[in-house]
Amino acid sequence: MKKSAFLGALAATTVIAGAAMAGTLDDVKARGELICGSNTGLTGFGTPDANGNWTGFDVDLCRALAAAIFGDPTKVKFIPTTGETRFTALQSGEVDVLIRNSTWTFSRDTELALDFVAVNYYDGQGFMVKKDLGVSSAKELDGATVCIQTGTTTELNLADFFKQNNISYQPVTVADDSEAQRQFLAGACDAYTTDASGLAASRATMPDGDQYIILPEIISKEPLGPVVRHGDNNWGDVVRWTFNALLIAEEKGVTKANVAEVAASSQDEEVKRLLGVSGDMGAKIGLPNEAFKNAIAAVGNYGEVFASNIGEGTAINLARGLNALWTQGGLQYAAPFR
Amino acid sequence: MTEVFVRMQMLQPEPPPARESGLPKWLRENLFSGWLNSSLTVLGLLAVGWILYASLPWWLHSVWHASSLGECRKIIAETWGEGATGACWAVVRERWYQWIFGFYAPALWWRPILAFGLLFAALGPVLFAGQKKALSVILGAVLAYLVVTLWLASAPTVPVLLALALVAGLLVLAQVAPGKLIWVTLLYPFLCFWLLWGGSIWTPIGGLLGFIILVAVTIGLSRVIGPAVSAGIGLVVAVLWWLYLSGPVMGGLQSVLPLGIASVNSDQFGGFLLAITIGVTAIGCSLPMGILLALGRQSDMLIVKTLCVGFIEFIRGVPLITLLFTASLLLQYFLPPGTNFDIILRVIILVTLFAAAYLAEVIRGGLAALPRGQYEAADALGLDYWQAQRLIILPQALKISIPAIVSTFIGLFKDTTLVAFVGLMDPLKGITQIVRADINWKGIYWEPYIYVGAIFFLICFSMARYSMALERRLKTDHR
Repeated sequence: MKKSAFLGALAATTVIAGAAMAGTLDDVKARGELICGSNTGLTGFGTPDANGNWTGFDVDLCRALAAAIFGDPTKVKFIPTTGETRFTALQSGEVDVLIRNSTWTFSRDTELALDFVAVNYYDGQGFMVKKDLGVSSAKELDGATVCIQTGTTTELNLADFFKQNNISYQPVTVADDSEAQRQFLAGACDAYTTDASGLAASRATMPDGDQYIILPEIISKEPLGPVVRHGDNNWGDVVRWTFNALLIAEEKGVTKANVAEVAASSQDEEVKRLLGVSGDMGAKIGLPNEAFKNAIAAVGNYGEVFASNIGEGTAINLARGLNALWTQGGLQYAAPFR
Repeated sequence: MTEVFVRMQMLQPEPPPARESGLPKWLRENLFSGWLNSSLTVLGLLAVGWILYASLPWWLHSVWHASSLGECRKIIAETWGEGATGACWAVVRERWYQWIFGFYAPALWWRPILAFGLLFAALGPVLFAGQKKALSVILGAVLAYLVVTLWLASAPTVPVLLALALVAGLLVLAQVAPGKLIWVTLLYPFLCFWLLWGGSIWTPIGGLLGFIILVAVTIGLSRVIGPAVSAGIGLVVAVLWWLYLSGPVMGGLQSVLPLGIASVNSDQFGGFLLAITIGVTAIGCSLPMGILLALGRQSDMLIVKTLCVGFIEFIRGVPLITLLFTASLLLQYFLPPGTNFDIILRVIILVTLFAAAYLAEVIRGGLAALPRGQYEAADALGLDYWQAQRLIILPQALKISIPAIVSTFIGLFKDTTLVAFVGLMDPLKGITQIVRADINWKGIYWEPYIYVGAIFFLICFSMARYSMALERRLKTDHR
């Protein structure tokens, strides 16, 4: 009797909690501010600068979202989350959306009751070695010492890769990226492995960057993307389509600079719907009709966001690779806007 | 004839042999007193020499002016030749303020600076109770510190003048009635809260009124129903005030008489500002809590004793990290959705509970070390429980526990860096990671740690020296 009453109360609480969490978009609007879970500091993807202004590839997606909801990219608050706290912070409602280079995996999507609504960066695990090691493929790394961060999926991928290729390695475990870089430079390990984007950022800041090469093998799939709570589909749609809008904008050649002009003059029906000139696409998901126009005007299209934060020409100097549009041989493919 | 030699006067004493005096003696006795110690000395010297040889170039080749790590390396290579190593202190020069203030707006830096200066004015009456000379020295130092730092931070004129007038007033008060300065200490937490977080001045006043209600009820009722019960009732009334009345009443006052300064969000806090805020609050709150817990653990009342033992053993049984994760993650599940319970406040509460449990055990050690006769003497004098504790037992027990208490405080202050794991920007890991995420400083390793470590050392070493001075001052035995 007592137990059933307790369970009933628990169920009721869960329902109330669920109901209160159901309308994230309404909560955000009522608060007047989007709360975005971000990294505690990752070069190029999300980090506060000397004055506390957040910049980066992931951060720009948060700003685009704020611009879509409020028409103002500054109405967003960034909460730094660590690898341990990120998913709980999202589940408990401390952040509205998590855009923090998190890999989309089966267990995170299902067991953690999260929804990965898009992939804004296709990453993969790679290797960096000294040029004079004379190695041109990761399969030649038999017997090598490898610097690897503990407690990450990269550690498991590494073990899998070497086992499958029947070669051996000596792991040198390190706590974080800066220690790994230090150990690698000091010669404590022959190869350094982490996500390819991280390798490129490290290489860009090494004293003799051209002494090191990144091997061609990418041994894992790391689709990174924005995450929302399971069960709030409308909010998931808002995040997904804000990201898709940036992709479509690149596809259609709409940029930060020409968005106003295109909105006034374009004859392309999809572009007109995207920018809120015709139809009521924004209104259908509870946003202002010019929501996506505002998002593009705030941060630019996907290509611009990529180029200004991590692309070729920046210090990190990443090629588009898998993140090129599908029309250019990449994987970034947005569903049609209709 | 035999000549008899009789010395008519005393000889001047000979100087001791060279090897029995001065430096040779000291060296022989302390460094080369046997083959084992001699070889250890030689090994030690070799180790020191090797460390100096290895690290000295790095220190000597320091670069202070550069805008990125790459530029530092270039300057070192140009000046000292290819392959030379050197420290790149330019990162500290460019970003020093982030390790101190986090993201607190530079225009408002004067507020934490002022709060830090007044902290010593408030600590003085506790650390040097009634000592006119020491108090005057401290207040004078605070005055000088404020003049220099507030000028450097280019603080607005009015608050500077107010603050200086306040400290000067305290200096005068210290000459006339040094005992009265303890009131400043009691008011300080509210002033500090207001200075750091800003907002309406009525918020801290509302908090203060709750404590006044607590004290008034306790004193008013203690004649009738005894101090413990009346304190309980006072606590209930005060909590009711804080929960239900304080908000509306103070909101009303704010709308009638709007007084306030720009408010600062908790996510702007970082670096030593955060560490000191958490550390000092937790130290200040955990000592009284620890004393009560220690007394409760020795109590004869079953429920009080059980609760205290349970609390202490539970908190001591779990790592601080667990409690921090509780503060950051679990509490958010328990509280009703939409509750915005400040993360810094949550962390402070959990850190305070953690330190209180450890302090309780430290103080219990002090209580246990007192001879039974002291308790019996207090009873024989006809003192009641609280009088006996206050006048006889605690002064002696606390004196015995000073080294251990200060050790706990130092440990607590250093533990504040663990808040990095719940996403707060502590100086050691949080801010360092942010600076390293800047592409200009990516790859920098030792310099931030050395800078932060030096500041931590300064603070912890001062605490240790103060505790030793306090022990000497309170020393009454003749050991």
